[in-house]
Amino acid sequence: MISINAAVIDLKRLDLLANGDSPIHILDARAKVLVTFVFIISVVSFDRYELARLLPFFIFPIVMIALSGLPPIYIVQKISLISPLVLMVGLFNPVFDRTVMYQIGHLGISGGWVSLLSLFIRSLLTVGAAFILVGTTGFTAVCQALERLGIPQIFAVQLLFLHRYIFALADEISSSSRARELRSCGKKGLGVASFGSLAGHLLLRTWQRAEHIHTAMLARGFIGRFYVQRQSRFAASELLFMLGWCIIFIALHSFDISDILGGLVTGIFP
Amino acid sequence: MSHHIVEAKNLRHVYPDGMIAIKDVSFRITHGESVAIIGANGAGKSTLLQHLNGCLIATAGQVRIGDTLLTKSTLPDIRRTVGMVFQYPDDQLFMPTVFEDVAFGPLNLGLSGEEVDRRVAEALERVGAGHLQAKPPYHLSGGEKKRVAIATVLAMSPDILVMDEPTSGLDPFARRQLMYLLQEFQHTKIFTSHDLDMVMELCERTIILHEGAIMADGPTGEIFRNEALLTACRLEKPFSMQGCPLCRKRADTKKP
Ligand SMILES: Nc1ncnc2c1ncn2[C@@H]1O[C@H](COP(=O)(O)OP(=O)(O)O)[C@@H](O)[C@H]1O
Ligand SMILES: [Mg+2]
Repeated sequence: MISINAAVIDLKRLDLLANGDSPIHILDARAKVLVTFVFIISVVSFDRYELARLLPFFIFPIVMIALSGLPPIYIVQKISLISPLVLMVGLFNPVFDRTVMYQIGHLGISGGWVSLLSLFIRSLLTVGAAFILVGTTGFTAVCQALERLGIPQIFAVQLLFLHRYIFALADEISSSSRARELRSCGKKGLGVASFGSLAGHLLLRTWQRAEHIHTAMLARGFIGRFYVQRQSRFAASELLFMLGWCIIFIALHSFDISDILGGLVTGIFP
Repeated sequence: MSHHIVEAKNLRHVYPDGMIAIKDVSFRITHGESVAIIGANGAGKSTLLQHLNGCLIATAGQVRIGDTLLTKSTLPDIRRTVGMVFQYPDDQLFMPTVFEDVAFGPLNLGLSGEEVDRRVAEALERVGAGHLQAKPPYHLSGGEKKRVAIATVLAMSPDILVMDEPTSGLDPFARRQLMYLLQEFQHTKIFTSHDLDMVMELCERTIILHEGAIMADGPTGEIFRNEALLTACRLEKPFSMQGCPLCRKRADTKKP
């Protein structure tokens, strides 16, 4: 349980990173949200067996991390947190989909394994892009950008609260489970029964906690509108940033870059 | 300035589980007054305070701030006027950094960037937390959180200051600092506390709450001299009025 606590504190660090002032950080949040959106759409819309053409998309996270100065190891660690989840989702692909797609010597690789791997790569890319977005922009600014892009205000506010709720829940989990651990006197736990009541208790406490935080926000003049300290406009640099990336994504999606590059090379050196 | 008057009339609050936390409480606090609300644990102090800026809605009765009756439509105005520091700072701090947390209120007031920066710096300085501004609130100690929570409210420069146990969990130096700060604050201030010595120093008027009802409302000195009343409400005289504890102990042991 200590580890849950540590993982969450670590996640909160993502919000702190957003206070940097790299060229990526100072871009208008809307530009970053839109680019991330186009990136995710282009990655997700590939065929479920696609592998090779997904790989060039790693250029986006790599360049963004390099330009923004986010700690790469930290981002990779956070992304790896979700890999068990992805494996669970794709677990049955190899079981149900047994048609052989690739033949390596005597080993036939079934479509199920290929689609599992493809799912895995896609989740790395999309989750990574989302982390980079929050880490260079900050959650509040992302919500504000969504609203300014035309998402109904109520959804944007809900998203903001969900984000806070997750942290409140994690805080409660760590303090309750510590209390439970300390009172179980070194035994492995108090059995399933105590876990049941712990879970119910947690839900209520988190609910109450979230309500208190909401009250505190209202008490400080929150009326459902977002304000962020960083003032930015949609200027030439934003336009350039957006156009550049979108062209790259669309190109990567429509043409097989490795094929073209290969063709060029073989064209030059026949 | 009638603006800084706080008036509660026949206030009653019943929690959803049937607990009657406040029964028929009325008082009127005028401009510039400094009032302490004291009472045992569970007397209903926090519940009462949360009615003053509409965090809780009364089951019956009404609250008036200045000339304004507290209703749904006047709520935003009232919240701008009444600054509230909650009992548990964890419930009050929710932004990624101390700076952003203190800036949250002023930004909601629609202030511009520079003005916000100025107010945040000033508020943090006043509670002696300037060095904490880049830290995330969850990394602070309890007393530091409390001071930041107070700064979040000061940054909004409220006309009326309401604080729920402001000195609980503070070290002696921070407590003293907060007392100076409260002394400086010229407008109406209302706070609950178990720190009766602070109450003696800062408040000319005290209200005793006991099981959700007002048991006494009057000059602080008078109330603290009434030992029977204090005992009935599960309270004690402030230490400064109890004399030197060592001497008293000697006197006690001499008794037959
Ligand atoms: N959300 C709630 N639901 C039910 N009862 C509550 C709730 N909050 C407080 N109470 C009860 O109301 C009474 C007054 O609480 P409170 O105002 O917090 O007292 P205190 O004077 O210690 O601040 C207590 O008996 C408490 O148990
Ligand atoms: Mg209380």
